[in-house]
Amino acid sequence: MTVLEVTGLRRSFAGLRAVDGVSFTVEPGEVVSIIGPNGSGKTTALNLVSGVLRPDSGQVTFQGRDVTGWRPERLAAAGLSRTFQNGRVFGNLTVAENVLIGLTPTLQAARPFSRWRNVPVLRWASLLAETAVALVDPPAVRRELADRQAKVATQLDRFGDRLTPRADLAAHTLSYANRRRTEIARALASGPALLVLDEPTAGMNPAETGEVLEQLLELKAAGQTILLVEHKIDLVMRLSDRVLVLDAGSVIAAGPPEQVRSDPRVIEAYLGKRRPAVRP
Amino acid sequence: MLDTALAGLVNGSSYALLALGLSLIFGVANVINFAHASVFAVGAMSGWWFSVDLDWPLWAVLLGVTAVTGLLGLVINVIAVTPLAKAPPIAALLSTFAVSVVVDNGAQLVFGPETRRFPALLATDNLGLGGLRFGTLDVTILVVAIGLMLVLGWFLRASRYGRAIRAVAQDRDAAAQMGIPLARVQNLAFVIASVLGGVAGVLGGMYLNNISPTVGSTVGMSAFAAATLGGLGSLPGAVAGGLLLGVVEAFGVSWWGGNARTLITFAVLLIVLWVRPSGLFGKRAPLAAEPMTGTFFGAARTVRLRPWQVAVAAVAAYVVPAVALDDYTVQIGVQVVVYAILALSLTLVSGQAGQISLGQAAPLAIGAYTSALLTTATGLDFWLSLPISGVVAAVLSVVLVSPSWRLRGHYVSIATLATGLLVAAAAVNFDWLTNGPSGVSAIPPPTLFGASVSAPLAVYFLDLTILLVVLLLVVRLRRSTLGRIWSAVREDEVAARSSGIAVADYKSLAFGIGGFVAGIGGALFAQQYGYIDPSVFGISVSLLALTIVVLGGLNSPLGAVVGAIVLVGLPEALRMLQETRMLTYGLLLLAVVLFRPQGLMGKVAR
Repeated sequence: MTVLEVTGLRRSFAGLRAVDGVSFTVEPGEVVSIIGPNGSGKTTALNLVSGVLRPDSGQVTFQGRDVTGWRPERLAAAGLSRTFQNGRVFGNLTVAENVLIGLTPTLQAARPFSRWRNVPVLRWASLLAETAVALVDPPAVRRELADRQAKVATQLDRFGDRLTPRADLAAHTLSYANRRRTEIARALASGPALLVLDEPTAGMNPAETGEVLEQLLELKAAGQTILLVEHKIDLVMRLSDRVLVLDAGSVIAAGPPEQVRSDPRVIEAYLGKRRPAVRP
Repeated sequence: MLDTALAGLVNGSSYALLALGLSLIFGVANVINFAHASVFAVGAMSGWWFSVDLDWPLWAVLLGVTAVTGLLGLVINVIAVTPLAKAPPIAALLSTFAVSVVVDNGAQLVFGPETRRFPALLATDNLGLGGLRFGTLDVTILVVAIGLMLVLGWFLRASRYGRAIRAVAQDRDAAAQMGIPLARVQNLAFVIASVLGGVAGVLGGMYLNNISPTVGSTVGMSAFAAATLGGLGSLPGAVAGGLLLGVVEAFGVSWWGGNARTLITFAVLLIVLWVRPSGLFGKRAPLAAEPMTGTFFGAARTVRLRPWQVAVAAVAAYVVPAVALDDYTVQIGVQVVVYAILALSLTLVSGQAGQISLGQAAPLAIGAYTSALLTTATGLDFWLSLPISGVVAAVLSVVLVSPSWRLRGHYVSIATLATGLLVAAAAVNFDWLTNGPSGVSAIPPPTLFGASVSAPLAVYFLDLTILLVVLLLVVRLRRSTLGRIWSAVREDEVAARSSGIAVADYKSLAFGIGGFVAGIGGALFAQQYGYIDPSVFGISVSLLALTIVVLGGLNSPLGAVVGAIVLVGLPEALRMLQETRMLTYGLLLLAVVLFRPQGLMGKVAR
C-alpha cells in the first residue's frame, strides 16, 4: 500500500501561493526527497503533509486513509513523525526523556482508553484515567516504562557514542548537531511508517553531514520510508530513490536522482535562464 | 439614548488613549505592559495634586502630568523591560505586572488609599444641542483625545522618529541593521505611551469625578480589553476598540447598574479572545510559536530534599504549633497552609505545564462559594461539600479557560487574568446566587467525629493534613508520564504536538487539576473565616499566589510551601499594613524576575 499520497495540495499566504497544486506519492521503503531553491515551498509542503498547517485545497492520504486537515498529534499517533528545520528539542528535559516523549503514542498502560482521545466529551474519561494511573503508578505502568526506557537506549545507540553518554544531560546543554540527532531519535522512537525530515543536516559541517548520511543509509537499508527536504545535493543524490523539484510552489521535475539532475528545467530554476546573446 | 452614547464616547476616549499606548508598546517592545494601568492612576493622582493642592490651571496641570508620567514610562522601560529583552516573554510580563503593583501601592502610601473628589475644572452641563445636554468638559475631553490621536498619527507617519518607531515595530532586527537606535526608540515609545496614559488619567479623573490610587486597575483592565478588542499592535484598532467598549459599557451600566461595568468589560474581553483573538483590526500569523516559559528556567533544577528531611519537616509542622505556639500564631499558620495549597495549584498549571495564570483566584473563589453556599443554604455536610467544591472549580476553570487554547503566549495570560476578574465580577453581580457584594456569612465550621473543628489548632491540623495530601499528589504527578508530557507541552508546543501529544487536552487537564486543588483550598478558606464576600478574591490574591510560586521556584512543589511561609507568614507575623505588604510583594516579584528567575528553591545546574 502506498504510504503517502498527496494530490493537488494548495496553500497561500496573503495572496502568495506558497504551494500551488503539488502531487506526489511515497511508496513503502522509498526515500523521496524534495529539493528546490529557497522560497520554493518545500517546508510549507512538509508542514501541510504533517498537519502543522492546513491546506486550502487538495488531499493527503496516509496509509490508505484520508488525513487531510488532521492535527499533527493525530498524524503522529497514526505513524507520521517529523523533525523541524531549526531543530526542536525539549531543552529542560534530558536526552533520554526527549526520546521517551517520542514514544508517547505507543503508551497503553500509562494512557488508558487513548482511542477515545478524538471523541469530544469522552476524551475526559481517558484524561482522568491517565491522571489516576499517574497517581497510583501500578506495576503495569512501571513495566511499560521500563520497556520503553530500553527502547530509548536502543535509539540512542543508533548514534554510537554521540548520545548514549549524554542520555541524562538536559538537551539545552547539547551541541547543535547532537540536538538534531536527539530530534531524529525522538521522531524514530515510535517506529513511524513515514519519517519526515526537514533539512536534517542544516548547519552541520561536512564530517557531521557524512555521519548523518551513513545513519540515514542504514535506516533506508532497514526499510524505513522517508520523506526528506534537503539542500545538500550530494546527500540527496546518494540517499534518494526519487527526487521532486519544487519551484514557486509547483513540481517542475520528478524522477530518479540522475534524471532530475540533468533536467534543463531544474538547472534553470536553480541557475536562471541562459539569455540569448544580444547583438547591437 | 444619545446621552448614553455621548457619555460612552467620552469615557471611551480615555480607554482609547490608554489602549493606544498599550498597542504602541506592544508593537515596539513586543511586551504587554501591565504597568500601563498604573500610569493612568499616576496621571489622575498627580493631576489632582497639581490642581487641588497647588491650584494650577488646567494647561499647567496637563503639562505637569505629561512630565511626571513621561518620566514614569521611561523608568518602567529602563527597570522592567529593557533588562529582560533577551529573556523569554514571560519575564517582562511578570516584571511589568510587579511594577504596576509597586506603583499602585506606592501611590496609596503617598496619597492615602481614600477616594477623593477630582474637581471638574470645567463646566459639565452648560451646553445643549437639539435636546442633548453636555458640558465644556465633554467637548474638551473629546477634542483633546482626538487631537492627541491625530498628532500621534501625524508623528508616526511624517517624522523621523515616528518612522523609526514603525520600522522597529515591523522588524526589530532589520531596523537595528539600518542603524536605528533601538534603545532610544523604545524609550521614546514608552514615554509617548505613558504621556497619553497620563493625560487620559487627568481627563478620566475629571470625568469620573472621584479618583483613588487604585482607579488605574479598573480603567486599565478596560483599556486591555479595548486594545485586545481592536487587535493588539493596531493603533486604529486601539481607538476603535476604546470608543466601542466605552459605548457598550455606558449602555450596559444604564440598563443594569454600575456594578455591571466590570462584568461587561471582562465578558467582552473573554469573548473577543475566544471568538476573534486577533481583534477587529489585527492580523493573525499562521505559524507563530514561541514557548512562553521555556528557557526562563533554563538552567534551573529544583532542590530536592531526602525523604527523611521531608518526614522531619512534616512532623515538626504538626508538633511545633501544638506545643510551642499561641492561637494567634497558629491562625497565621492556617493562612500559610491555605495559600500553600493555592500556590501548589499554580505549580502544576504554571510550573509543570507552563501556562502562566494571572487569575488563580477564580477557582479559589468558586470553591469557596460552592462550599459556603452548600453548607449554609442546603445544610450539606462540609466533608461532602469539599470534593464538590473541587469538582465545580475544576469544571468551571476548564470551561472558562479552554477556549483560549488556540491562543499563544501573552494572550493566554490575558485570558486567565480576565477569567479571574470575571469570576469576581460575577460574584458581585449574581445576587440571586451569591448574595452580591454583601457575601455569605455564618458558614458553619466542619465537624469531625461529632466535634466541631473551630479551634485554631484543630483547623490548622485539618488544613495541614490536606496540604500534605495535595503536596504528595503534585509530587507524584510531576514524576509520572503525565508530568513528563506536561513538561514537553511547556518546553515546545509544536514539537510536543508532532510527538503525538494533544497539547490542548493536556493544558485543559492541568487547569482542571489545578482548579480542583484551588477549589479545595477555597472551601477550606470559607470554613476558616466563616464569612466570604467578592472583595476577598480580587486580583491581589491571584498576584500573591503567582508571587509565591515565582519566589519559591515556579517548578518546585516545596518552593510553593516555602514561598507561602515567606510571603504570607512573615508579613502577618510582622503585622505589616496591607499597602506595605502589597508593595513588598511587588518589589519581591520584580527582584526575583530580574535577579533570580529560578526562585529560592531552584538551583542552577551548570
